[in-house]
Amino acid sequence: MFLWIIKRDLLLAVRRRSDVLITLFFFVIVVSLFPLSVGPEMNLLRTMAPGVVWVAALLASMLSLNRMFSSDYQDGTLEQMLISPQSLSFLVLGKTLAHWLVTGLPLVLMAPVLGIQYDLPGDALFVLVISLLIGTPVLSLIGAIGAALTLGLRGGGVLVSLLVLPLYIPILIFGSGAVEANMAGVDFAAHLSLIGAFFFVSLVFAPWVAAWSLRVSLE
Amino acid sequence: MAINWFKYSSPASFYSLAGKMIPLFAAAAIILLIMGLYVGFFVAPTDFQQGEAYRIIFIHVPAAWMSMFLYVVMACWAGFGLAFNTRLSSMMATAIAPTGAMFTFLALWTGSLWGKPMWGTWWVWDARLTSELILLFLYIGFMSLQAAIDDPRRADKAGAIIALVGVVNIPIIYFSVQWWNTLHQGASVSVNQAPAMASTMLMGMLIMVFASWMYSIAVILKRVRIIILERESHTAWVAELQKEGVV
Amino acid sequence: MLQGIEVACVRGDRELFKGVNFSLEMGGLLQVSGPNGSGKTSLLRMMCGLSLPASGEIRWNGVSIGTLSEEYFACTTYIGHLAGVKDDLTVTENLCISSAMAGFEISSDDASNVLNTIGLGGREHLPVKVLSQGQRRRVALARLLACNTTLWVLDEPFVALDVAAVQLLREILERHLQQDGMVVMTTHQEIDINASLITQLQLS
Repeated sequence: MFLWIIKRDLLLAVRRRSDVLITLFFFVIVVSLFPLSVGPEMNLLRTMAPGVVWVAALLASMLSLNRMFSSDYQDGTLEQMLISPQSLSFLVLGKTLAHWLVTGLPLVLMAPVLGIQYDLPGDALFVLVISLLIGTPVLSLIGAIGAALTLGLRGGGVLVSLLVLPLYIPILIFGSGAVEANMAGVDFAAHLSLIGAFFFVSLVFAPWVAAWSLRVSLE
Repeated sequence: MAINWFKYSSPASFYSLAGKMIPLFAAAAIILLIMGLYVGFFVAPTDFQQGEAYRIIFIHVPAAWMSMFLYVVMACWAGFGLAFNTRLSSMMATAIAPTGAMFTFLALWTGSLWGKPMWGTWWVWDARLTSELILLFLYIGFMSLQAAIDDPRRADKAGAIIALVGVVNIPIIYFSVQWWNTLHQGASVSVNQAPAMASTMLMGMLIMVFASWMYSIAVILKRVRIIILERESHTAWVAELQKEGVV
Repeated sequence: MLQGIEVACVRGDRELFKGVNFSLEMGGLLQVSGPNGSGKTSLLRMMCGLSLPASGEIRWNGVSIGTLSEEYFACTTYIGHLAGVKDDLTVTENLCISSAMAGFEISSDDASNVLNTIGLGGREHLPVKVLSQGQRRRVALARLLACNTTLWVLDEPFVALDVAAVQLLREILERHLQQDGMVVMTTHQEIDINASLITQLQLS
């Protein structure tokens, strides 16, 4: 069932390719705006790069959160999921994973290219990709809770960012911190292990909380 | 004598109980506030390092404590409401949020006023100020979510979930911000070492903390009464109150 | 057996109904009727476990459906106002996925049999977005044939269907009732369904 739902969501994403590309291009554009606003001074850009890429990744994954449940909500499929004999937490986990594959993974793959724009050294690029690879699934997992709570509300898109962005702060701190530590020649393993810990904790609890939120929202 | 506490868990009887309690707490708040401010501004000695500017802690510190404490209290009530489906608990949570946000804002504002003479700038990215700012965001998130939902039952439950998620995350956020702050030593000015406090200073601060408590309770009870009236407007007992011209 | 005991429903601060009692045996049909806004859809959503009654209880074989949850979901099919079909998927994909979600994984042969019966033969591989409103309803109703559940909860199942489809659905419902199935439905149309046990529930 878990695989069914992932397959279905990926199939839907393939039929609607533009949605995926919008998120990716948003990420690219936001990152490219910074040199234009602060000037092309390479040393400054290099120190800013981890933070800029991470904040842009945060915003890009926010942007797509709304779509996680809303189309299923509008056509009634979500009701069917709620009264499915399968565990709703697993369904939510499947949908979250599909959401990450469609919106998070492209960001991870695109990040090195953007890092090069900012003249990041090779090591730092590697750490950036690893930190995004562990960090962006957490963004999708926590975001699922916000998306579930704001389902069908007016102004849901802005509201979800108010709810979710404060909760993203630890990921942002350790994600960009890992890259900065690497650039400063300090050990960055601790940062990555902490993000890993966040990942496992949210993997266990977030789908469950999001499933609960969905029941509340559809009641 | 056994008091039947459950009697007061129904909104109707709590409404009248709260009505009787509000004047008591309000009076206590005013008396304590006057005492606390008097001790703080006239009795407590001038600090030899910070001069008179330090006196803002008589407002800043109680506000900061209340802001954190009220979030936990709010999450507890909200969790109660979610677990036992008691409407009154959820109403309490809704009523606490604006007061908590007010204290958070007050702590930030006085913190920045204090920062100007101490650090020469209105804002420093100090771990405590930053955590307090994030706490304000959490309060705003809770309140906007509840405001966006029309159905009160859904608003209660959704608010409870986000409050509980928030309360679990507060220690993580606080710890992350601390870590972040120690990594970027450059910007931070440590205010961690508590200077030896004169006993009158401590007393003034404690009185102000109690004053904040009394104020919060009075305001929250008042707000709960209003929420009860709004939510129960279709019931018989509210109609009776309206007939008597009480509300 | 499905049983409702003193069920009440509150929307916002308005009470839609209270003290509703009903019981439905094997092979029985429960027709819920009432004017617009009387809470028919709300009652049906409670019956399939999507929302909780404000007070009272709904029981399946004597146990509250809230405690049964997934066990109960396995023997019900709910078709609401929203069809629950995805525009971007083909008819077959929709049927296979929605049946799998309801716990019945069906092969594509089964799917095309069902689609033939429901009158969608030859359209299996069209995306749903090119179908008409009535054809979409048929895609949703196909789930009734694909999933082997006991209790069907149908909200206005005859809406948007043409004469032939109404006749077809009537036969499907009658066959289900003969095989000891149970049906709860709301409808505004006068439709004669032959069943041994028909209960009317009027909401005011």
